[in-house]
Amino acid sequence: MGMNTNKVRNADEEDVMRLTAEEQGWLAGEAGPALRRAMEIVTALGTIYGARRLIPVESVQISGVSYRNIGDAGLDFLCRWADEGARVRVPTTLNPTAMDMVSWQTQGLDPDFAAKQRQVVAAFARMGVGKGVPLPTCTPYLIGNRPLPGAHIAWAESSAVAFANSVLGARTNREGGPGAIAAALTGRTGAYGLHLEEHRRATLRVKVDAVLDTISDYSALGALIGRTAQKAVPLFVNLPLEADDPLYEEKLKALGAAMAATGAVALYHVASLTPEATSSDLLTADCACWCIDDLTEGYAMLSDDIERIDLVWIGCPHASLVELAQLTERVAGRRLQVPMWITCARPIRDLAVDSGLVGKIEAAGGQVFADACMAIAPVRNLGFQAVATPSAKGAYYLRNLANVAARFGTLDQCLAAAETGHWPSMGRDA
Amino acid sequence: MTSPAPLTFTARVIKAGVAEGEALVSADPIGFLGGVDGQTGIVTERDHPLAGTCVAGKVLVFPTGKGSTVGSYVLYQLAAEGLAPAAIINAESEPIVAVGAIIAEIPMVDQVPIGAIRTGDRVCIEGATVTVSRGADHTR
Repeated sequence: MGMNTNKVRNADEEDVMRLTAEEQGWLAGEAGPALRRAMEIVTALGTIYGARRLIPVESVQISGVSYRNIGDAGLDFLCRWADEGARVRVPTTLNPTAMDMVSWQTQGLDPDFAAKQRQVVAAFARMGVGKGVPLPTCTPYLIGNRPLPGAHIAWAESSAVAFANSVLGARTNREGGPGAIAAALTGRTGAYGLHLEEHRRATLRVKVDAVLDTISDYSALGALIGRTAQKAVPLFVNLPLEADDPLYEEKLKALGAAMAATGAVALYHVASLTPEATSSDLLTADCACWCIDDLTEGYAMLSDDIERIDLVWIGCPHASLVELAQLTERVAGRRLQVPMWITCARPIRDLAVDSGLVGKIEAAGGQVFADACMAIAPVRNLGFQAVATPSAKGAYYLRNLANVAARFGTLDQCLAAAETGHWPSMGRDA
Repeated sequence: MTSPAPLTFTARVIKAGVAEGEALVSADPIGFLGGVDGQTGIVTERDHPLAGTCVAGKVLVFPTGKGSTVGSYVLYQLAAEGLAPAAIINAESEPIVAVGAIIAEIPMVDQVPIGAIRTGDRVCIEGATVTVSRGADHTR
């Protein structure tokens, strides 16, 4: 072929992001290598997604914290970035770690692993995450990082993204680990995706005719929807939920987390409930319509056919104080035979200690750990092979990331398994 | 016998830089976590067109990234071990490889018609300009 030049596009004409003078300076390295790298990441992501400019963000949630996941390469990179002077510009919170940062020995973590995990958190602390004292959690909105409606934020952690967008009405895309750090260091993110009004309308209508009662029922519904919806923006109608439900936030937290795990849902609406579900033209013209009248498959699709259970895990996403109180009532008088671990943010655990909840859970044989997430923990090394959980997201990542067998069921089923070490053969309880 | 005239493309810059090297072309996407060994640079994904090949020092050409977001850190690890590709060319970039290229300081461009590049071609990247040269022994 004779052609020797082949200009496929002209970079001067399209897709060019306009940066402010300050942003251009950061990109040129005028404020040091740490900010230069952060600007390179923010602008590259903006370029890939077609952003024409950057916008300020009010807060950031960082993922990629577990040493088990990021390894020595990730740790080395974070330390280098911190050494270069990386410092966050906006309030920034941190995702869970692989262990309780205080009680890791009780959990049975290897000391060498624990030392590495502490170094990861220390690198984030040096960057100013959590004002220098990170409190690792996937529910930052329960411990003070709670954006107002309309706020632009840059959050990683898919369940928190779904909650912030959908329940709080804030605006964020699903950031990745280094991308979120870059947003924290620059205080910026690209103006694309869910930051733009036109991408926040519902593309899928889900009519719910199934009976939904418990938090895990919402989790099962989310598992079903996420699997097929993928990146859609669902609008739920006929959801049997009222704004004054004592478990309102917990149920929506579970629904969004599950859809973000089995799919990539970052935003959903619930008719007449969630902040953006008031508009009459919320649905796009070409939206799909689904009807869900049974949750059985939602539970079954994330369960292995195992009978013996050696760990029950509750708190995915991290448990709220209300959930801990509910759990305390349910375990009163029981004697659990296999470990039952509940995970939550440290401030929530502190409150639960002060109010006597943790003591009662421990009296029944359960344990409440802070900071940690079992999905990203070295679960097999801790001696567990079969885990029961009332969380669809928990079961999904236990099976796909922690590589253990899992059962996803109701809290009643999980508590029965904790009492006997066997998955109850009865059907789903109401 | 003279070599054919080089091909020149204007690409989109993901990570600015200057690099030159021999092209290693994959028709399939690459997932770095679990797909490339961070300590040897060898592609380990089973049945991948580049399986068993080392990416070190090559201008790595592939359609796009795939797989876990932790894959960014595999590129960083390759760079720390001195085994990083000299540059990366994608048809369409996605965040995992883009972020990996930035933190590993690997020049990277996308929106290039990668079908025009063959393994063994000499590729030079200077900012947005990609130049592809081919020896006379290859028929075009």
